Amino acid sequence: MRKKVIFKGVALPYLLLLPQIAITGVFFFWPAGQAVYSSFLREDAFGLSRDFIGLENFRDVLTDPNYLSALWNTVVFSSAVAFSALGIALFLAVQADKAIRGAAAYKTLLIWPYAVAPAVAAVLWLFLFHPQIGLLGRALNGMGVNWDYKVNGGQAMLLVIIAATWKQVSYNFLFFLAGLQSIPKSVLEAAAIDGARPVRRFWTVVFPLLAPTSFFLLVVNIVYAFFDTFGIIHALTQGGPGKATETLIYKVYVDGVQNLNFGASAAQSVILMAIVIALTAIQFRFIERKVHY
Amino acid sequence: MFRRTFMAGALALGLAAPAMAQQPVELRFWHGLTQPLGGMLEQIATDFNASQNRYRVTASFRGSYPETMVAAIAAFRAGQAPHIVQMFEVGTGTMMAAGRAIKPVHELLAETGVNIDFSDYLPGVRGYYALTDGRMMSMPFNSSTTVVFYNKDAFRRANLNPDQFPQTWEGVEQAARALKGAGVACPMTTAWPTWAQVEQFSAIHNIPLSTQANGLGGLNAELRIANPLLTRHFTNLVNWQRDGLFRYGGRDGAADALFPSGECAMIFASSGLRARIQREAQFQWGVGMLPVYQGTTPINSIIGGASFWVMQGGPNRQRSAEELAGVAQFFAWLARPEVAAKWHTDTGFLPVTRTAFERVRATGFYGQPANAGADVPIEQMLRGGGQMTENSMGIRLGGFVEIRTIIQEELERAFQGQQTAEQALINAQNRGNTVLRNFERQNR
Repeated sequence: MRKKVIFKGVALPYLLLLPQIAITGVFFFWPAGQAVYSSFLREDAFGLSRDFIGLENFRDVLTDPNYLSALWNTVVFSSAVAFSALGIALFLAVQADKAIRGAAAYKTLLIWPYAVAPAVAAVLWLFLFHPQIGLLGRALNGMGVNWDYKVNGGQAMLLVIIAATWKQVSYNFLFFLAGLQSIPKSVLEAAAIDGARPVRRFWTVVFPLLAPTSFFLLVVNIVYAFFDTFGIIHALTQGGPGKATETLIYKVYVDGVQNLNFGASAAQSVILMAIVIALTAIQFRFIERKVHY
Repeated sequence: MFRRTFMAGALALGLAAPAMAQQPVELRFWHGLTQPLGGMLEQIATDFNASQNRYRVTASFRGSYPETMVAAIAAFRAGQAPHIVQMFEVGTGTMMAAGRAIKPVHELLAETGVNIDFSDYLPGVRGYYALTDGRMMSMPFNSSTTVVFYNKDAFRRANLNPDQFPQTWEGVEQAARALKGAGVACPMTTAWPTWAQVEQFSAIHNIPLSTQANGLGGLNAELRIANPLLTRHFTNLVNWQRDGLFRYGGRDGAADALFPSGECAMIFASSGLRARIQREAQFQWGVGMLPVYQGTTPINSIIGGASFWVMQGGPNRQRSAEELAGVAQFFAWLARPEVAAKWHTDTGFLPVTRTAFERVRATGFYGQPANAGADVPIEQMLRGGGQMTENSMGIRLGGFVEIRTIIQEELERAFQGQQTAEQALINAQNRGNTVLRNFERQNR
């Protein structure tokens, strides 16, 4: 039952589209085109000489074991962040949706972290978990746990996952809460009359009705973990120790900005772009079918 | 002499064009020094501006050394480069290969007729920034070297001689054990892991870091760090870390904070850390020279720190003669013995010229208790009779920023027990050589 609005002529619809097309062109197609172009070049840092080398950058990147390890780090990091951020947010939203005293205060407090900039969030966690100056870091060492994320790769990964998750929980919480509140009371009451207990009501009624929200959030969270966590990683671990927390987006920065290897960095950006396009396409094509809007 | 000519010039100008209220030529200068050093550097620019009114040097802080380097290169590509940029020693190879992006200092001086006597500069400083034929490419300024700072109070508690830092690594290990026995949680750490434990280590032990005289001979240099002596040293560091004698404090300057706070009893760090320790440390401390393994006679250490490079405005923007003249005048100001001497005594960086060193010594500065050990870096630079070998002249590798990171990464993986120290050096050498070959191809 889709409503169609039909314009007379073609000038007006294109005119109305123009601002959006212009913005997409300037902020997406132009830089993306530049990245694709640079990925075929070998350039010195100052941009004074450039050679066209075809697909050599891509070959170098894809055969680089460090690139493959960054890919693996990204898979671990993104799935851990997306699932724990969604899980925790859903739990908190369900709790905050109950009739409790001071619900508004809880809600406000839970939404707060979203307003914190990634780098600042990272510094907060650094002050908690730094092995020498951090509150929890010192406590852990005092308890005999050998906590030092600057030397231990697993601990470093755990720390960036915690920091990245913490920041994203608020956003998910907000959407889940809105989703919960839009579930009609009558459906829940009907289920209750049929004798369904709260847990059963949640899994058979609430959860399926939240599916569109969850699906939307899954996409947003994965994109967040891929791209928006640069600040957290940069401020906490700089991809170290070793390359234990170097994700794909961080490696693009290291190779392009720090090491001034523009060709390799551009090739990685192009691959990253392809990954994200593929990921989104898969999600919409296969997962969306099972979701009831 | 310079001042008189200059005054005369300014006077002549004033007489010739009284109506022409000249705008001073603006010279942008980007640096990478945090406080308090950054403020001291900006003060020098302010003093220069006050000494004349034709040029105005505006100094601005652009983040850490690597960030400043990246910012300057990006600005060049956009046609907005600063006139002068402070570049750390690791960027020297990249800048030398930058072709028409930079104005070599020897050309600058020749074209503007300004004279700076580079023969007065310490050989270790001069050689680092000169072509093999001796022509200067950049203007040396804040040069440091690696030294050891140690906590004398902690040494006393561990029944160690507080007035004598061990000369060998064997002695350092014993001291670390004694400190640990006396309850010190962190006996030893190192800032700048690659600079201190690989580059300086190789220089004073007189072994090559790479072929081609550590890269001074050409872009086709190959790393030689997977050698028995460095393997031995890395194996020790990894074992000491495991045994609690050594603590890895992070990359680059991250470990600096561990010493002034009293956390670690010994630190291998830049001599430029002195100012901060003086300000913050609540205990007695001393300065020691870098140790060697028994059976080696140490030779001179190399420098780190930074020099000033003259940049063109962009790929299609050349500097005007007026701008170049101003830059040359500013450099001549920096070369003045009183400026270099003050910088040295204020900060702990090396006095870059002999005249400055003599000048400071004549004031009895080193004899005062508060300044004890301020001459250790200089003596260490002249260790081995001042006869530099090709292993101790300096390092000029392309992509060196990346190579340093690679060595740190591989070392970190060894500290995690993911690989042996030997494997770490082999991996670092292979990965480093890939970087060198890439750089060679990019700059052919």
